[in-house]
Amino acid sequence: MPDAIAVEALHKRYGDVQALDGLDLTVEQGAVMGLLGPNGAGKTTVVRILATLLRPDSGSVRVCGVDALREPERVRPLIGLTGQYAAVDEKLTGFENLRMLARLARRGRTESRDRADELLAEFGLADAAGRLVRTYSGGMRRRLDLAAGLIARPEVIFLDEPTTGLDPRSRTAIWKVVADLSAAGTTVLLTTQYLEEADRLAHTVVVVDHGTVIGRGTPQELKDRVGGERLEVRLQDAGQYERAERVIRGVVGDGPCSHDDEGRISVAVAGGAMLMPELARELHAAQVVVADLAVRRPTLDDAFFALTEPGEGSISGADPAPAPPEAEHVTAVTAGRTDQR
Amino acid sequence: MTTTIRPTEDTSTHKPEGTAHVPRKSDASAMVRHTLTLTWRSLVKLKKQSEQLIDLTLQPILFLVMFVYLFGGAIEGSTHDYLQFVLPGVLVQTVVFASVGTGVGLCTDMSTGVFDRFRSLPISRIAPLTGTVLGDVLRFLVAVASVFVFGTIIGFRFQTNVFAVAAAVGLVMLFAFAFCWVVALLGVTMKQPRSVQGVSFLMMFPLTFGSNLFAKTSTMPGWLQAWVKVNPITAVTNASRGLLTGGPVAHHATVAVIWAFALMVVFIPLTLRQYNRRV
Repeated sequence: MPDAIAVEALHKRYGDVQALDGLDLTVEQGAVMGLLGPNGAGKTTVVRILATLLRPDSGSVRVCGVDALREPERVRPLIGLTGQYAAVDEKLTGFENLRMLARLARRGRTESRDRADELLAEFGLADAAGRLVRTYSGGMRRRLDLAAGLIARPEVIFLDEPTTGLDPRSRTAIWKVVADLSAAGTTVLLTTQYLEEADRLAHTVVVVDHGTVIGRGTPQELKDRVGGERLEVRLQDAGQYERAERVIRGVVGDGPCSHDDEGRISVAVAGGAMLMPELARELHAAQVVVADLAVRRPTLDDAFFALTEPGEGSISGADPAPAPPEAEHVTAVTAGRTDQR
Repeated sequence: MTTTIRPTEDTSTHKPEGTAHVPRKSDASAMVRHTLTLTWRSLVKLKKQSEQLIDLTLQPILFLVMFVYLFGGAIEGSTHDYLQFVLPGVLVQTVVFASVGTGVGLCTDMSTGVFDRFRSLPISRIAPLTGTVLGDVLRFLVAVASVFVFGTIIGFRFQTNVFAVAAAVGLVMLFAFAFCWVVALLGVTMKQPRSVQGVSFLMMFPLTFGSNLFAKTSTMPGWLQAWVKVNPITAVTNASRGLLTGGPVAHHATVAVIWAFALMVVFIPLTLRQYNRRV
């Protein structure tokens, strides 16, 4: 079975800006691929080329085995596009939008009407079917846009930042749709700035910066590359450092350990959460006053930062602006509980 | 690499291979169908946007009232005589002004990503353009009806027959269709719908007022006469006058039709090229 998406050595230049610089990408049939990267990394350019809206300067693009540059008209029936900005007609109703698109996708009159109704129901928009899209909320509009992308039951769907600017509830709704699509065998290529989103949805992640791929793998592989779990202890009194380190060593063994002047001790561990109760007890017994005790595991944010760090092919000043790294704070009381992620 | 296209028509989970509905390039009937679907889109929107309808009907009424009662006496000595003179011109002016909406609409569709969605579908590349323009030309019929109805109410009398009136409408529509492509080029070139509107109106004023639409050419200074005589709006207005109130038609109509086709020959390819290039 051919890859659903196979992109090789893609180059695209806009004036002085090299938007894509030899980008390679493959997505297996039925997989969800997360395309990550800071603003201006070239994510949208890739999607536009795949959706036959833009021609690259050089490179090859195959969608379901069809050459998208030579035969774009054979690719279009296979794909669905949901843009970064909701590309639905504000001045039509939700129903009219979908029925029109179904008609354009060569469905018959009755079939188009049925398909529109079906999608509106599926996306929780049945009640708003007769309302002008202008009156829709951001979340409703995005759902309609997603429905519009699915009108022709595409093999491959491109979602360009589908949840940017959405509230958490709408975002969760979109995530569910993507998961369902994937479960039904549709190949999904998703661009996002939210690493949590990629972590949640994507089977594989490709990190793009300056038009080339700077990292790829499963979310877990990318996280592992940054390093394993670390146990972090923050002392009330930095002066107790030596005593604290002795206790910690006694519990966790001889992992690489570091500390700073503010009384923060960080040590590499395996199975850190399980060690927490004992460590808390021992520290307490040694009369070390602990301000905070946490197991921190690398997030996709860490992987992203590590990959896009200046000096690894990235220009400083690029602003990925992701969420702050998340740490899992576990107090001594709840330490025995294994964490959810 | 083996080429396997999976079908898109099939709704079942088991999808047999090799039956994909792949449109052929030269699928003319599909092009017509898609154009009609998108024309429908324009018309549905017209029905929904009362402000657009009001604009289309009210603007010609305002122009008629203003020119006939404000300037009519001064220009022609009698408001009724002037109404007979100016109405065929207002007809032309109305559709030319209304064509600004075409460019603004196209620009909006391009900037909001609506056209991106269309272009990612297996439809004829030019259908979004032809659909929009065709829908707009039908929209202009509303304005034409407004001119005729209100004109008749305030005393305009057709001095020819039904066929001549139909020919006048047909000619004005043909010119409007051709002129739409000029504005469409602005629409697909410029980034902001608002600038399309501004530039279009800058272009409209010398074209409409700089013609014999409101006053006879013989009353103007020589340099202005030179412009008025080459202005295509003058030819269309003359033909429209002849067809509605009597007078010579053949020459003016020929010139108007030649202009219409010349505009199409130049501006349709330019607009298409720009449209296909801008992504």
